Amino acid sequence: MSKDAELNRLAGRLRSLPARPGTRIMEVCGTHTVAIRRFGIQKLLPEGVRLVSGPGCPVCVTPERFIDEAVSLARQGVAVASFGDMLRVPGSFSSLERERADGRDVRAVYSPLDALAQAEGTGKETVFLAVGFETTAPAIAAVALKAVEKKAANFSLLTALRLVPPALKALIGEIPQGDAAAQPPAGSGLAGFLLPGHVSAIIGKHAYDFLLGHGLGGVISGFEAVDIVSSLLLLLAMHEKGIYEIVNNYTRVVRDQGNEKSRGVMAEAFAVADAEWRGLGAIPASALELRPAFAGLDARRRFAIKVESAPPRLGCRCGEVLRGLVDPPACPLFSKACRPDHPLGPCMVSAEGSCSAWVTYG
Amino acid sequence: MDKVLLAHGGGGSKSAELVERVFQRFLRDPLLLEMGDAARLPGRSGGAFTTDSFVVRPAFFPGGDIGRLAVCGTVNDLAVMGAEPLYLSIGFIIEEGFPVRDLERVLASIAIACRQSGARIVCADTKVVERGKADGIYINTSGIGRPVFKKPVHASRVKPGDAVLINGPLGLHGIAVLTARNEFGLKASVKSDVAPLWGLIRKCRALDVPFMRDPTRGGLAQTLNELVRKRRFGARIVEAELPIPKKVAAVCDLLGFDPLHVANEGKVVMVVAEKDAEKALRLLRRHPLGKGARRIGAITAVHPGRVVMATRAGSERIVMPPVGEILPRIC
Amino acid sequence: MCLAVPMKVIEIKGDMAVVEISGLRREVGIMLLDKVKLGDWVIIHAGFAISKLTKKQARETLALFEEGHLLV
Repeated sequence: MSKDAELNRLAGRLRSLPARPGTRIMEVCGTHTVAIRRFGIQKLLPEGVRLVSGPGCPVCVTPERFIDEAVSLARQGVAVASFGDMLRVPGSFSSLERERADGRDVRAVYSPLDALAQAEGTGKETVFLAVGFETTAPAIAAVALKAVEKKAANFSLLTALRLVPPALKALIGEIPQGDAAAQPPAGSGLAGFLLPGHVSAIIGKHAYDFLLGHGLGGVISGFEAVDIVSSLLLLLAMHEKGIYEIVNNYTRVVRDQGNEKSRGVMAEAFAVADAEWRGLGAIPASALELRPAFAGLDARRRFAIKVESAPPRLGCRCGEVLRGLVDPPACPLFSKACRPDHPLGPCMVSAEGSCSAWVTYG
Repeated sequence: MDKVLLAHGGGGSKSAELVERVFQRFLRDPLLLEMGDAARLPGRSGGAFTTDSFVVRPAFFPGGDIGRLAVCGTVNDLAVMGAEPLYLSIGFIIEEGFPVRDLERVLASIAIACRQSGARIVCADTKVVERGKADGIYINTSGIGRPVFKKPVHASRVKPGDAVLINGPLGLHGIAVLTARNEFGLKASVKSDVAPLWGLIRKCRALDVPFMRDPTRGGLAQTLNELVRKRRFGARIVEAELPIPKKVAAVCDLLGFDPLHVANEGKVVMVVAEKDAEKALRLLRRHPLGKGARRIGAITAVHPGRVVMATRAGSERIVMPPVGEILPRIC
Repeated sequence: MCLAVPMKVIEIKGDMAVVEISGLRREVGIMLLDKVKLGDWVIIHAGFAISKLTKKQARETLALFEEGHLLV
């Protein structure tokens, strides 16, 4: 059977699966958010089942203050190198794209290696915006090690690395969320999680075992249409039978035990710390910060960064969208004041944000 | 908006915003506001007239260079109006220090492209600016053409049921320029498809062709969205029918681009009545630039003003035009 | 962004390697994986190899990757 025919067969099964009304599955990976909408998979779900987007987009959960810090650095004449996504994210008063239009040195790079090479090539003070989850953290750690090895004196990192399992724990109420104490955990009423494929390649499937104690299952999924559809089938079947497991449905890339070497490199450069998540508030032990031995690479120590805080944007419901409590259209700014060509919140600006995916793919 | 941003030059919705909110407040001639690829001049001799500027970086890329692009970009804007390209003007802005040898390469390319397209350069101008003020070389070309197609090529004549055709593989030019820039450390053997299209397009001159456009900046998504915008019809394309070469797909997957947003410089999107579709494809396939011609979708009555795509997963999703710069200075 | 593409190792230079797919090449870091050899297929993310595929998995992944786009 050709791959397309296989996909159509699975899609047909998904559409006709009996499911309890009000069944919600949450995905927590920006690339899944986009893939699902790009392939139109939310339209293949059986009656009564909804796919909800959680905090899967690293750019979206980065506090606004981070952009303000980057803008401050750019204005001091430091060359800012970043993944392309971050450039259009609005901070309190400006964005990196605007700073570039004003003549500051702001460049998009594909890899932190390119940022280090840029620093070596230009000789200018260069900071790389280290944003991402566990897929990206080892890569950034490796570059930190390289920078020390090469004694790169003009390279530093502005970190905002976050960890996925603590966010999941906060969502299901296992750890209290900073500013959401009064509300029921966002994860209540969930049937299970579609788990991030490449984060799992690093952390392994047992990092999610805590879900089982809450009667929740999880399926680690790849990013092709056939991966996502087959993973949804597995999740719904588990939920139907009342059996809860963590299933690795991406064995061609993910080993059950994850990538120990990568975790080791991560741990060499970074230590776990508490942090603020946009939309979720403060979550303990949910971020990575440079270890003391690497303090020389910390942009926050190297430069005086002045940040003024701005009042929160009225009407923006990014926080609730990020927790999967509402869909993008529920936000009063969605598609009106807040659009891909004129984004107000991170969920619209990031290519992996729920709001952006919703507008772009329908 | 108080400053022009790089995103305004991307050919996507931000470019449209700059044109509509700033340019059109001052430049309001009815012929200009029609916003076709070329203007149809009134009167008995009524020719087609168009202009385009070229700022591609780097100036030399696999499959072509800024000179070839400058000729093909303009002759193609005429060709997709159903007009035979006749005469071109060309203006150069050259940065002090630009190697004469490179200038010779550019000029040689221009000469070859003119021969291939049949257009004659009959007036030219050159300016030189100080080092640092023009990044090598910028070129502007304007072109005059003679309408040849039986009926006017105009989107108002497109109807639901019409077939949407493309002459070959998508994404080649944008990816070729991207990899030539070496910004992402990628090396790829993708060649730009930059080519003059009149020889191909004229094969269909006896047919009734309501719409043609070359999907340059902003890619196929931009072109189709421009076609359906504010009209009473929509477009539906089929993902499995889109010819996207493996190499283009690999780069797009790696960097997170949508192949539908990547620029093409040797492609024409053609809309014809369903009854003429097979004939049009046969005619196109007779030409070297049309060997890969295929049907990719249809004009629909449902979802007017929108472009949707039937996905491989058996579902549907909308196709939005790109926002801002995907890749700056792609043509 | 979890964008990751399968690529084949065609040259090794210390802790870096040149990887390739469909004629596309890039130099990437291989220090995040154990025992990377010439001919291995790896998943590349942000300029680093983060996972290795077996030959069978590589064939499967390539097939999925290729079927996603018409071969021209």
